[in-house]
Amino acid sequence: MIEIKNLHKSYKMGTNSLHVLKGINFSVAEGELVSIMGSSGSGKSTLLNILGMLDEADEGSYTLDGLPIKNLNEKIAAQYRNKFLGFIFQSFNLISYKNALDNVGLPLYYQGIKHKERVEIAMSYLEKVGLADWAGHLPNELSGGQKQRVAIARALASNPKVLLADEPTGALDTKTSYEVMDLIQGINEEGRTILIVTHEHDIAEMTKRIVNLKDGVIIDDSKVNQVRALSNV
Amino acid sequence: MFDLERWQEIFETISKNKLRTFLTGLSVASGIFILVILLGIGQGMQNGIAKEFEQDASNMLSVWTNVTSKEYKGLNPGRQITLKNDDYTQTVNKYNDQLEYKSSVFRIWSGLINYKKESGNYRVEGVWPDLQFLENAKMTQGRFLNYRDIDNVEKVVVLGNKVKNDLFKNGEDVIGKYVQISDINFKVIGVFSDPGGERDESVVFLPISTAQMVFNGGNDLRRLAFTLPQRDNFEQALAESEKFSEELGAYLKEKHSVAPDDNRAITINNSLENTKRFYDLNKMIEMFFWGVGICTIIAGIVGVSNIMLIIVKERTKEIGIRKALGAQPLSIIGMILHESIFVTTISGFIGLIFSLALLEFVGPLIETEYIANPSVDFNVALTTVFILVLAGAIAGFFPAWRAARIKPIIALRDE
Ligand SMILES: Nc1ncnc2c1ncn2[C@@H]1O[C@H](COP(=O)(O)OP(=O)(O)OP(=O)(O)O)[C@@H](O)[C@H]1O
Ligand SMILES: [Mg+2]
Repeated sequence: MIEIKNLHKSYKMGTNSLHVLKGINFSVAEGELVSIMGSSGSGKSTLLNILGMLDEADEGSYTLDGLPIKNLNEKIAAQYRNKFLGFIFQSFNLISYKNALDNVGLPLYYQGIKHKERVEIAMSYLEKVGLADWAGHLPNELSGGQKQRVAIARALASNPKVLLADEPTGALDTKTSYEVMDLIQGINEEGRTILIVTHEHDIAEMTKRIVNLKDGVIIDDSKVNQVRALSNV
Repeated sequence: MFDLERWQEIFETISKNKLRTFLTGLSVASGIFILVILLGIGQGMQNGIAKEFEQDASNMLSVWTNVTSKEYKGLNPGRQITLKNDDYTQTVNKYNDQLEYKSSVFRIWSGLINYKKESGNYRVEGVWPDLQFLENAKMTQGRFLNYRDIDNVEKVVVLGNKVKNDLFKNGEDVIGKYVQISDINFKVIGVFSDPGGERDESVVFLPISTAQMVFNGGNDLRRLAFTLPQRDNFEQALAESEKFSEELGAYLKEKHSVAPDDNRAITINNSLENTKRFYDLNKMIEMFFWGVGICTIIAGIVGVSNIMLIIVKERTKEIGIRKALGAQPLSIIGMILHESIFVTTISGFIGLIFSLALLEFVGPLIETEYIANPSVDFNVALTTVFILVLAGAIAGFFPAWRAARIKPIIALRDE
């Protein structure tokens, strides 16, 4: 599903540049649930953003579901993001003046799906994350866990091939984190490929594979025995 | 533009961001409002001035004579020049197709008029029928002089309103009564009023033929008066009348052996030149209000631009989120422009309607000498609304374009 080879990325700040990713080689098969770990500043988010086409690599190749992702113009990139990828952010990134239902429906709007159908699909995903009763609420009327579940529903709404989550539990307490992870595990079990950036070991243990990043290179990549989130709740 | 989904999205954004919408709308609406009111007042002032000089604002030319002030062809200065009947008839023959109304005037110096026991001294003038129009006299009773009166040398008189009021104290019928001018009986055929007021109503008019004969005027004339046809274009009217008065002056001076530059001997007074002052003033007022108006529009454009910049800045993160969810750059630009054009158009028209309503209902109530019926050309007002909407769209386009091109990761980081 995801194939990256010799990926480099540096940030230029004035005259000096910061080499963040120093040749990443890594692939993810369909249906995997992978966590990316590493200390702060190791380049986890940078990697995830490149995978999500929110940012571009300086060097190396990236293939998503057989499509080479290189020098895409904005229009194509937007199409790919819309069709192939779903994002879950640490800070939720819901649109504050739209209610839960409309937030979930937004990717569908950009797919050109008409209002009526959009509402039906969005509602079904809200049901899936257990928030059907909260459809009409604005983000600031929801708890952190609820917001993240709305964000997950939104990421799922466009039926993407890959879900990318950057510290999805970073802003949540332990109990809520596990509830969110349970949801993510369930979604994975339906066959969806998911990448999660985290620096919490217990969260990483709930995935099927842990990739360890240090100073811009992968130092460890191993399968783990998945811990069920629900057993911890 | 006719994408229903887009409209729904816009309406939602607008209704959920009422303050932002209100502030944008307010600045546009008040800009248009102020502009239209300003233009209205400017127009009102122009109307007021136009009304002030309407009463004597005709393209009239008067010819007067006096003593010569220069030696010419061996003739000494100080020679009295007097206009004669043939000056009038020859001028009329020569320029007939250029003239609208024409009259020569003979004045009787001691104009003592009696009726029964009442009497008074008034200006008495022998004139042609056209003089009614040259003087803007309005008949309140009877009729003015006609060509038959002149041909038949009738002893008839037309009284100014003031003369009638002075002489006919007890409101009796005037028409057909006889008054004595220097002890000669004249039959009253009409009474006129004059917009010039009392001074211009203390006059009586006789047929010119009668006046010259009865009062031993011979061929002498006091003055000539002409009007040229009215023109819509003031500049054209002025040019025509200046050309005509020059030609006429040259002709009469040559005829009377007066030096070509001796404007004292033969004076031609061109009323349009006086009018020109008012026109210039009017032009200045118009330009001033347009200047202020254009400044208002510019201020409005700057205001709308600022608001658009702020709106786009405020929405940077939202734009990042939308892009992460798959929004095309064009749809981002479209969303921002669509909203701004919609809001500026609606509020522009609200400002327009309020200001036009104010001008319509309050305008006529304004009763000062300097402002009359303030109003504004609807097309001009409409154009300004479109200019502002267009400016808002252009002002919104650049930040929207930049926002649409900015990398989603950078937009998302924005706090
Ligand atoms: N836009 C940027 N400009 C300059 N430097 C950046 C930028 N984004 C990230 N960096 C730097 O790149 C390095 C990697 O950042 P990144 O966000 O990928 O770290 P991370 O592994 O996600 O850390 P954390 O666990 O704290 O989220 C850091 O040193 C960071 O300071
Ligand atoms: Mg990070």
